[in-house]
Amino acid sequence: MATVTGTTLPRPANVNLVGLERTDYKGLPSTLCQGCGHNSISSQIIAACYEMSVAPERLVKFSGIGCSSKSPAYFLSRSFGFNGLHGRMPSLATGALLANRSMKGIGVSGDGDTASIGIGQFIHLLRRNVPLVYIVENNGVYGLTKGQFSATADKGAMLKKGEANPFHPVDICIEALAANCGFVARSFAGDPRQVKELIKAALSFEGTAVLDIISPCVTFNNRDESTKSYAWGKQHEDPIHDMTVIPIREEIEVELEPGEATTVEMHDGSRVVLKKLERQYDPTDRMAAVTLLEQARVNNELLTGLLYLNPTQPSLVDIGNLALTPLSELAEDVLRPAPATLELINAEFR
Amino acid sequence: MIARAHAWAENQLTKRDPYMVQRDNQTEGMILIDGNTAGALGSIYGGVSFAAWYPITPASSLPESLSEYLPQLRKEKDTGRATYAVVQAEDEIAAAGMTIGAGWMGARSMTATSGPGLSLMAEYVGLAFFVEVPIVIWDVQRMGPGTGLPTRTSQGDVMFVRYLGHGDTKHVMLFPATPAECFEFGWRAFDLAERLQTPVFVMSDLDLGMNYWMSDPFEYPEEPMDRGKVLDADDLEQIGTFGRYRDIEGDGIAYRTLPGNPHPLATWFARGTGHNENALYSERAEDWAGNMERLWRKLDTARDFVPRPVLFRQSGARIGLIGYGTTDPAIQEARDRLSAAGVPTNYLRLRSIPFTHDVRAFIEEHDEVYVIEMNTDGQMRQLLQLEVPEHAARLRSLSYNTGLPVSARWIVANVRPGKEG
Repeated sequence: MATVTGTTLPRPANVNLVGLERTDYKGLPSTLCQGCGHNSISSQIIAACYEMSVAPERLVKFSGIGCSSKSPAYFLSRSFGFNGLHGRMPSLATGALLANRSMKGIGVSGDGDTASIGIGQFIHLLRRNVPLVYIVENNGVYGLTKGQFSATADKGAMLKKGEANPFHPVDICIEALAANCGFVARSFAGDPRQVKELIKAALSFEGTAVLDIISPCVTFNNRDESTKSYAWGKQHEDPIHDMTVIPIREEIEVELEPGEATTVEMHDGSRVVLKKLERQYDPTDRMAAVTLLEQARVNNELLTGLLYLNPTQPSLVDIGNLALTPLSELAEDVLRPAPATLELINAEFR
Repeated sequence: MIARAHAWAENQLTKRDPYMVQRDNQTEGMILIDGNTAGALGSIYGGVSFAAWYPITPASSLPESLSEYLPQLRKEKDTGRATYAVVQAEDEIAAAGMTIGAGWMGARSMTATSGPGLSLMAEYVGLAFFVEVPIVIWDVQRMGPGTGLPTRTSQGDVMFVRYLGHGDTKHVMLFPATPAECFEFGWRAFDLAERLQTPVFVMSDLDLGMNYWMSDPFEYPEEPMDRGKVLDADDLEQIGTFGRYRDIEGDGIAYRTLPGNPHPLATWFARGTGHNENALYSERAEDWAGNMERLWRKLDTARDFVPRPVLFRQSGARIGLIGYGTTDPAIQEARDRLSAAGVPTNYLRLRSIPFTHDVRAFIEEHDEVYVIEMNTDGQMRQLLQLEVPEHAARLRSLSYNTGLPVSARWIVANVRPGKEG
C-alpha cells in the first residue's frame, strides 16, 4: 500500500495555515432562490479557500451579469471583487491580474454570460492562459430575466412557457479544450465534495482553470428530464475518478493501492490525487477528453471530474515576463524614466 | 557631379525671378514628430504600466509606439523583466475591460482607439465612470459616422465622448494641439484620472496623430505624480473607518483602497449597480440621488485641475475666436490676415472639458465669438452654449467638415462681424 502525505505544521484544529477560521471566508447572505445550485457552489468556494489557506487579501473575485454573477458577493467578504459587464468579465480579470501578478483570481460566470454574450472573451481568455479560476454555474437558462433559453440549453428542452429549444447546445468543456485550456473540469452542484476538490485543484493551477458546474435552477429549469436538473444529475452523474487535493504543507494521508491512482503536482506544490473508478482515463490526453465528452452526450451521461490537465503551458504573466513587483505597486522612480532619457529622445527627433 | 552642375548653372543661367533662398533658424531646437508617438512617449513619462488596444486607423501607431519605447525605457536593468504590460486585445470591448481591470487594481492604465472603437467601448466606459476607475483613453478622431473616412481627419467625436455611456455620464476631456502637448497631456492625463478617479479622454485626431509636425521639444514633467486619494493599511488603521464612496472633503472625490490592502476595513465590492457610500447594493432613492450629486460635484472640482485654455490677444479686438486641437495653425494664420484687413481678434484655444472659468469670462468679454471646429453641427459650440446659456446667441459656429484640415482662407472668408452667424 502506498501513502501520499503532506508535512505538518502545528496549529489549532479550526484554524488554517494563515490563521483564519472557516467563517472568515463567508460573504453576505445570498439573495438567490432557496435550493439554487449556485449557493451550494458558493459554500464550496468558501470551504476550498479555507482548506487551501488562501489569504483573502491576495484573492480577487470577478463576475459578469446574471444570477451566477451575483454570487461573488456571497463568499469571501474579505476579498476585493469586481462585478463587471455581461459577458465581459474575462477582459476585466485579464487587466487586473496582469496589473497585480501576486493576486489569485476567481471568476464566476453563467452559461448565458459565458456561452452566449461572452463566448468571444471566454475563448480569448483561454487562448492567453490568464491565471484565473473560471467557474461557470451552468443551468441552461436565464434566471435573472425569468426563464429564457441559454446557449447551453438542451436541444428540445421545454421551459416554463412551453416552447421547445430547436438548437444544439454549446458544450463549454469542449470549447475550452478547443481553445487549448490547460485545466478543464465538469462537475455537478449536487456533488459538493467533488466541486470542492476541483476548486482546490484549480486554485493551485497557474493558468486558466475552467470548471463547468451543472447548477440547477430550481425556479426555471429543474424539470426531471432537463440535463441541468437535480434529479437528472443525481441519476446520470458518472465521475471519471475520485479526486483528492493535498494542499502544500497539509497533513493529509491518502491510502492507495499501487497502480490505482495518479498523482499530479501542481504549480504551488499541492498534489492532486486521481483515484481510478470503473474506467481507464488519462486526463493528460486532450483528444481523449473530447471523445469522452461526445460519448457522454450520446449516452445521456453527466461525466464529471478533471477532464484535462496540462500544467506545462506558460501563463500570460510568464509570457509577458513581468517584473516580480506587481505593476500596480511600482514606485514613481520606476514608473517615470530619468530626465536624461528624455534628452536622448528629443535628440532622436531633432 | 553636383559641383559640376552648380558651375554649369552659374555660367549658363540668368536669374530672372524675384525669389531668393535664405537660411532661417525658426526651426532651431525643434523636433519633427507625429502626435501618436508623442502621446505614447508622454504616457511612458506618466508611468503607464498597462495598455490594451485593438488595431484601428488612425490610432494604432500610438500603442505601437508604446511597444517600441517601453522595452527601451521600462525594463528592469538587473532582471530584464518588464515593468509594463501591453496587450493587443480581441476587440475594443476587451481592450476597455482590460484597461479598467488594471486601473481598478491600481496601475496607470490606458487604451487608444478611434470612433468605431469608442462605440464598442461605450458600455465599459460608462461602468468605469460609475464605479470611478481611473483610466486614460486616447481618441484619435477620424471621419464618421459609420466606417466614415478612416484616413481623413475630424473633430466629430466631441459630443459623443462628452456623454459616452448610457444614463447620466459626463467625461473629462483634453485637447492637445501639438506633439509637445500630446506629450504633456500623455502624462498629465494619468494625474487627472487618478486625482478625479474617472476616465480621462485625450482628444487627438488623424492630422495630429499620424502626420509629422514641427514641435517644441518635450519637457520633462516637473511635478511629482499625483496618485490621488488612496488609503493604505496604515491610513485605515489611523482613521478607523472607511466607505468607498464617502465624500469626506466635499469635493466629490471619495477615497479609494486598492486590492491587496490587507486591512480588514479596506475591502469593497466594485459594482455597476446602484450603490451607497459603502459600495453596497442599494435601490434607495436618496442613495442614488446622493451619489449622482457627488459625481456632478466631482466634475465641478475637475475644473480646478484640468489645463486652462491658451489666450492670444490683439489690441482693439472686439470679436473672439474659440478653437481647439489641430485647427490652431489655420486660426493663427487667419488672425494675421484678419488683423491686416483691419479686424483684430482675440483667440482662446480650449484645452479641456469641463471648461475652466476663463472660458465664461472670454465669452462675456466679446459680443461675437466664433467657434471654429471640424464637424458638421458645431459640437463644441453647442457644449459652450450649454455652459453659458445666457450668452448662447453670441456663439457663432464656424464648422468645416470635409475630411481635410480647415484652412486660414476659409476662416477669413467666414468671419464676418456684424452679420448673423
